[in-house]
Amino acid sequence: MATVDLQQLRKSYNSTEIIKGIDLTVRDQELTVFVGPSGCGKSTLLRMIAGLEEITSGELRIDGQRVNDVPAAKRGLALVFQSYALYPHMTVAENMSFSLKLAGVRRAEREAKVMEAARILHLEPLLDRKPKDLSGGQRQRVAIGRAIVRHPRVFLFDEPLSNLDAALRVRMRQELTKLHRELKATMIYVTHDQVEAMTMADRIVVLQAGVVEQVGTPMELYRSPRNLFVAGFIGSPRMNFLTATVTSVSETGMAMTLTDGTTIHAPLPASALGIGDTITLGIRPEHISLGVEGSIGAQVNLVEHLGSESYVSLQANSGEVLTVRVSGESKIDPEETVRLALDTDFLHLFDATGQRIS
Amino acid sequence: MLLLWSVLPLIVTLWFSLRRYNLMNPSRTGFDGLGNYRYLLSDPGLGLAVWNTVLLLGSVLVITISLGTLIAILLDQEFYGRGFARVLMLAPFFVMPTVSALLWKNMMMHPDNGFLAFLMRSVGLQPIDWFAVAPLTSIIIIVSWEWLPFAVLTLLTAIQSLDAERKEAARMDGAGPIAMFRYIVWPHLGRAVAATTMIETIFILGIFAEIYVTSSGGPGFASTNLSFLIYRYVLMEYDIGGAAVAGLLAIVLANVLAFFLLRSFARNLDT
Repeated sequence: MATVDLQQLRKSYNSTEIIKGIDLTVRDQELTVFVGPSGCGKSTLLRMIAGLEEITSGELRIDGQRVNDVPAAKRGLALVFQSYALYPHMTVAENMSFSLKLAGVRRAEREAKVMEAARILHLEPLLDRKPKDLSGGQRQRVAIGRAIVRHPRVFLFDEPLSNLDAALRVRMRQELTKLHRELKATMIYVTHDQVEAMTMADRIVVLQAGVVEQVGTPMELYRSPRNLFVAGFIGSPRMNFLTATVTSVSETGMAMTLTDGTTIHAPLPASALGIGDTITLGIRPEHISLGVEGSIGAQVNLVEHLGSESYVSLQANSGEVLTVRVSGESKIDPEETVRLALDTDFLHLFDATGQRIS
Repeated sequence: MLLLWSVLPLIVTLWFSLRRYNLMNPSRTGFDGLGNYRYLLSDPGLGLAVWNTVLLLGSVLVITISLGTLIAILLDQEFYGRGFARVLMLAPFFVMPTVSALLWKNMMMHPDNGFLAFLMRSVGLQPIDWFAVAPLTSIIIIVSWEWLPFAVLTLLTAIQSLDAERKEAARMDGAGPIAMFRYIVWPHLGRAVAATTMIETIFILGIFAEIYVTSSGGPGFASTNLSFLIYRYVLMEYDIGGAAVAGLLAIVLANVLAFFLLRSFARNLDT
C-alpha cells in the first residue's frame, strides 16, 4: 500500500494558474476525499496524480519516490472515471482483464484475478455481458473491478457516483466504504458533494480556486471550520452567518451586537478582538431554537418538511436569511413572527478576513 | 406506384435482354430467348470486365480505408494549421470525376510533360506511360485520390466521437499508441468503416467517366469494367440486347457483393 505526497504542486494552462501550490500528504490506507465547488481544481489535481495531466512545477511522490515524469500506466495507480469509460466492444471480463493482457500476464492468472474481483463486487453472473447490457450501478462496479484487478498502490475516483440516481448513489456510497475497509487500500476520491465527503472520508481536503482551504477528519471540519468558506461548504443545509460588531471583550466571554441592535453574549475568550471590530457569527441550523423567547426576532419565509425534521427559512430582523432545523412535528406557518435563541456553545466566529477566531 | 418506380426499369431491362435489338440492324427484331446471354457469356471481354470491376473496387476500398484511417488519425492530432490541412485534404472530393481524370491524365501521368514523369526523370528513371503499361493501376490511383477525402471525412468524424475518458482509461491501463489503435480506436471505427465501404462500393461499381476520359477501357479490355462494357455494347456495337444482359449481370454482381458486405457488417455491428 502507499502514501502520496504533494509538495508545492502547481499547474498552469498558458498563463492561468489552476493549481496554486498544494502541499498535502495522503496517508496509507486512508480514504481521502477532495471536495470543493466545480472549477476548484480538484479533478485537475487528481488527474495530475494519475499522470493524465502534466505537472507544471512542484513534486509528486508515491511511497517517497518521485513520479513527476513516470507515465500514467507505470505509476501503479488505477482511476475510476465519472463516465466509467468502459470499452463497449469488450465483455465485462475483457474490460477487467485489459490492463493485465497489455502487461503480458498469462491467461490463467488473468482469469484468476478477474474472478477474484468479480467475487468481491458480485459480478460473477455478468462476466460475459457487454457494457450496454448493464445497468448504471453494474457499470460502476465493472469500472471499479477494472481498478481492482490491477492491485494498484492507490485507487483514484473521479466523481464516480454523479451519474447514478439518488437511491443508487446512497447504496454505492456504502458499498465503496465497505470495499475500502475490505481492501485496506489507499484511496483518493474526488467529489463536489459534501455529503459524500462527510459520509465516506477518513480525511477531507477542501479545495477552492486551486488552494487547499482545510484538511481534516469530517467531524474536525464540521466542528471547527478554519474559515468562512469551509464553514459554508461543509454541512447541509449550510451554516447561518450574521454580521456583528464586538461591544465588549473579557477573560471569560464577549458580547456583540447584530445590525438590528440585538446583543449576543458568547462564552468565548476572544483576546485577538478589539471593541468595535466587525465579525461574522456562524451558527448551524441545529443550534438555533425557535420559540416565543429568544434574543433575535424573525419572520418565517418558508417551511420545508422532510418528515422527521423540517427546515424553516426565516428573515431575521437584522436582514439576514437564516435556516433553522426543527422537529418534524413542529407546527410553524409561513408569515409567523418568532423569536430565535442561539446555543452559544456552538457559535463560530470569523474575523473580517473570513478566518476563524478560536 | 412505389413498386413501379423501383421495379419498372428492371423489367424493361429483362425484356430487352431477351430480344434481338441492334440499332445497326433494326429490321432484325423478335424474341431471341437466351441468345443474348449465350453471346455475352462467350464474350472474352466479360470475364475480364467482371474481374476488373472487382479488382478496382477492392483496391480502392483497401487504399482509401487504410490510408484514410492513417490520415484521419494525423488530422485528429493538435498541430499548427490543422484547419487548413483538413480543408486541403477534403478538396479532391469536390472535383468532378471527368475533371479529375483529365487532371491526372494530362498533368500528372502524361509520359512527356506529366508531373510524375518529371519526378522520375529528375532521379534518373525512365518515365512510365501510365495508361499504356498499367491502365487499371492508373485508374485505381485516380479513383483512390477521388475517394480518399470521403474516407478521411467519415473516419475523422468517427475518431472525434471517441470518448476522451475511454482513451484515458486505456492509457491508464497501459495501452501505448499501437495497442490504443488496435483495441480502442479501430473497434470504435467499425461502424464508420462499414458505412464508408458500403457507400464507396455503390459508387465505384459504376465508375465510368474516369475510364472514358483516360484509357477508354483499353488497351484491349485491360481497363474495362462492367459499366464501361455496357457502354461498349450500346454505343460501339449498338447492341441494346447485349447491353441489357451486361446490365443485369452488373445488378447481380452488385447484389452478391452487397450480400457479403451486409452479412459481415451485420456481425461487426452487433457490438
